[in-house]
Amino acid sequence: MKIGALAEIFEGENRVAMTPDSALQLQKLGHACCIQAGAGTKAGFTDDAYAAAGVEVLKTAKAVVDAADVLVKVRGPEEKEAKLLRAGQTLISFFWPAQNEALLKLVAERGATVVAMDMVPRISRAQKMDALSSMANIAGYRAVIEAGNNFGRFFTGQVTAAGKVPPAKVLVVGAGVAGLAAIGTSTSLGAITLAFDVRPEVAEQIESMGAEFVYLDFSEQAQDGAATGGYAAPSSPEFREAQLKKFRELAPEVDIVITTALIPGRPAPKLWTADMVAMMKRGSVIVDLAAERGGNCDLTVPDQKIVTDNGVTIVGYTDFPSRMATQASTLYATNIRHMLTDLTPKKDGVIDHNMEDDVIRGATVAHAGAVTYPPPPPKVQAIAAQKPKEKPKELTPEERRAQEVAAFKAQTRSQVGLLAIGGGLLLLAGLYAPASFMSHFIVFVLACYVGFQVIWNVSHSLHTPLMAVTNAISSIIILGALLQIGSGNILVIILGALSVLMAGVNIFGGFMVTRRMLAMFQKS
Amino acid sequence: MEIGFTTAAYVVAAVLFIQSLGGLSGQESAKRAVWYGIVGMALAVLATLIGPGAGNWYVTLAMLVIGGSAGWYVAQRVQMTEMPQLVAAMHSLVGLAAVFIGYNAHIEAADVAGLDAAGRAGLTGFAALLAHKTPVELSILRVELFLGVFIGAVTFTGSVIAYGKLAGKVDGKAKKLPGGHVLNAGAALGSLLLLLVYLNSGSVLALIGMTLLAFFIGYHLIMGIGGADMPVVVSMLNSYSGWAAAAIGFSLSNDLLIVVGALVGSSGAILSYIMCKAMNRSFISVILGGFGGTSGPAMEVTGEQIAIDAEGVAAALNDADSVIIIPGYGMAVAQAQQSVSELTRKLRAKGKNVRFAIHPVAGRLPGHMNVLLAEAKVPYDIVLEMDEINEDFPETDVAIVIGSNDIVNPAAQEDPNSPIAGMPVLECWKAKQVFVSKRGQGTGYSGIENPLFYKDNTRMFYGDAKKSLDALLPMID
Repeated sequence: MKIGALAEIFEGENRVAMTPDSALQLQKLGHACCIQAGAGTKAGFTDDAYAAAGVEVLKTAKAVVDAADVLVKVRGPEEKEAKLLRAGQTLISFFWPAQNEALLKLVAERGATVVAMDMVPRISRAQKMDALSSMANIAGYRAVIEAGNNFGRFFTGQVTAAGKVPPAKVLVVGAGVAGLAAIGTSTSLGAITLAFDVRPEVAEQIESMGAEFVYLDFSEQAQDGAATGGYAAPSSPEFREAQLKKFRELAPEVDIVITTALIPGRPAPKLWTADMVAMMKRGSVIVDLAAERGGNCDLTVPDQKIVTDNGVTIVGYTDFPSRMATQASTLYATNIRHMLTDLTPKKDGVIDHNMEDDVIRGATVAHAGAVTYPPPPPKVQAIAAQKPKEKPKELTPEERRAQEVAAFKAQTRSQVGLLAIGGGLLLLAGLYAPASFMSHFIVFVLACYVGFQVIWNVSHSLHTPLMAVTNAISSIIILGALLQIGSGNILVIILGALSVLMAGVNIFGGFMVTRRMLAMFQKS
Repeated sequence: MEIGFTTAAYVVAAVLFIQSLGGLSGQESAKRAVWYGIVGMALAVLATLIGPGAGNWYVTLAMLVIGGSAGWYVAQRVQMTEMPQLVAAMHSLVGLAAVFIGYNAHIEAADVAGLDAAGRAGLTGFAALLAHKTPVELSILRVELFLGVFIGAVTFTGSVIAYGKLAGKVDGKAKKLPGGHVLNAGAALGSLLLLLVYLNSGSVLALIGMTLLAFFIGYHLIMGIGGADMPVVVSMLNSYSGWAAAAIGFSLSNDLLIVVGALVGSSGAILSYIMCKAMNRSFISVILGGFGGTSGPAMEVTGEQIAIDAEGVAAALNDADSVIIIPGYGMAVAQAQQSVSELTRKLRAKGKNVRFAIHPVAGRLPGHMNVLLAEAKVPYDIVLEMDEINEDFPETDVAIVIGSNDIVNPAAQEDPNSPIAGMPVLECWKAKQVFVSKRGQGTGYSGIENPLFYKDNTRMFYGDAKKSLDALLPMID
């Protein structure tokens, strides 16, 4: 099949859906590749580089659409692009089917198949094609860089000859992929990083990135991210109040705020209100990654950078990935390539659009002339349900002491009990058994006791040598044979001789093999 | 020689044997300890030979030389991976010897009983000892030798079957005749009845009948126990061989036999206990064979097993600072210990922290993995046991699982319905990355799905362990 990449016509979009590297990988799957001339220029990939990777460079978009069986793009198609599609052709790009119903209908009527990269289900198998995550990662990184660009101080604290510099304090709201990327970037630049999320289970992830999780004084049953496919859900008004109160406390302290809070299918929640902005220090920066969906900050203006009266810069750009077009294109092209790998299971250049496959079914929004959005729920649950963790109860010193005393008493009781029973049985036996037996029996009991004491100290790693050596010494049974072999009865002599023979094998074999093993244990 | 001298020698030998077991608490002292054992054994045999009651020196010496050189030859030749078989085979010899000696005691006792007072006075050695016994002592003797023969016989057939299973000559799966453990219980009950008959009549037929029943019990008991439970079986048989020696010691009135038998018996019992503890199973449930039923539906395992090739593993290892290797029976089967050692050497030469985590029941014999690694010249101070290393996994970059399965199964902790729930396991999934070297996608001995293989940080390194590691070695630089 022929895979064709179109140039983006959306204003300000610099990314491209195919890179020379991804084209090479696609060719390994048995596909041929073509690209519209100049499509990769803004992302830093020249037409020559594509040609060198074996990609056919075609002059116009029309030529690409005519030549290719599968079209790859970054942004969803504009109407005029959609009208070029023909039946049986596949388009892979972002699509946002919920927002673009008319367009979806148009494409479906033309008989084309659309795989929406934004609809890839969130299961672990599909992570490699999760373009939303890879783009969010870039956005998070870029948000910190953008903040630094507008922030007048260092991130890291320094003591220099020219005076002391305090570290910057960064608050990241929302610890999704973008939030975590922002936390990582911010901590590696040396800032003190705080982070907040409504899902308490991400506290661990936040702390693993080196940031401090902002805990709320709130006792409501925590949200379980598993029920919502790992995304955040709206919170109760009381929770929201507690949250805003905490933010108001933090607002005068923090220098940079990066908000990434989004709830699927809803406008962005307002978390950073105008009064918080007013409380912030002059020169502080807010980067609102949710600007496209209305912004987490009251004062955010989408696609613009504004400065408030009290000198707080609010960045509302919505095209962070496009601002890092080379990196974004590389990752996006790889996501596309993984999607095509799944669509080409036999690696023979033949697309097999398997609608039984959870991932492919989930991402396909139009197929064979029909709209297939929304998809049925995936067969695999995205995230295993979180089990509530039981914390071991903290014991007070008194309770602990009481427990210890109780344990000690129980132990004493069981020991004394065992000794009494054992002693009683022995005495009973002693009443009937003759003295000669009892004297041997004492030896036996003491030997058992010594054995138990000694063996507990044997190192675990020497258990095999222990078995070999006990094996060797258990052939002490040879003594019995030696005592009997002097008998006058021929049968006794034969059996005795055989026993000596077998015990002899054991004595020499057992000790030899033990020595061999022990000699192998060497210290480094 | 006087009887006093022999007794003195026995005391010294007993002390030496205790020293020899006590010395096994550390690798260095163990090297000395084995000599205590050898000297103790030599002393005991010599003292018995020159003491009262021994005779037929030529036969004895000839048998010792033949048996000794056979043992020597086998011990020199045996591969370290074959240790479990060797140990099992040796147990069977002790068991059979105990049976023979028990029979001898019976024959002697019968002979002595047939003599008149004058004849009795002229007896020497063991027979003389018998001659002086009172009727009560004689019936106690019968119980003792009956017990000795019973335990010896169970040990003999049990060890032969264990040997066959470990050496792959008998199918390793748990197998039972129709009737299962009822048959065993029946045979044991039959033996008890025969004991009563024997006590009253002293008939040799009762003794023979019991021996046959005991042979059957040993055979059937061990046939019903599966491969991964072998560490328990072998240490249990070790224990039995000790108790058999102790019982024979009672019937021969020989204190050294009693002491050593008790030492060996308790040693084996403790080993069995440790092994059972490590599997979170009771001794009874191991003996009854197979894994118990589940108490509810097992947790569903989601995700996919992601394969990785040698290049990927090599890249991760080259980047890692700390590595923990978890060997299992699969390593022994693939004879991969030399490759593992070479990998360790290369990684350590680059200044990486490489350690081994050993689960108590890894392999088919207690301490099996330690011996294999020692053979391959892995220094013992980087080979750690489960309790020492389990909490270090979260700070570890790479954990490599080579041929183990159930001992690294997170279901033991996460899924209360799992058949192995509660069993202590190595928490390797807490490492940043886990590589599992495995032949294919099958489940382990217990037949339980292992969620470890589906974890996000786990990569499956399919293929024969030795071949995979050999492919990996040149890429480590």
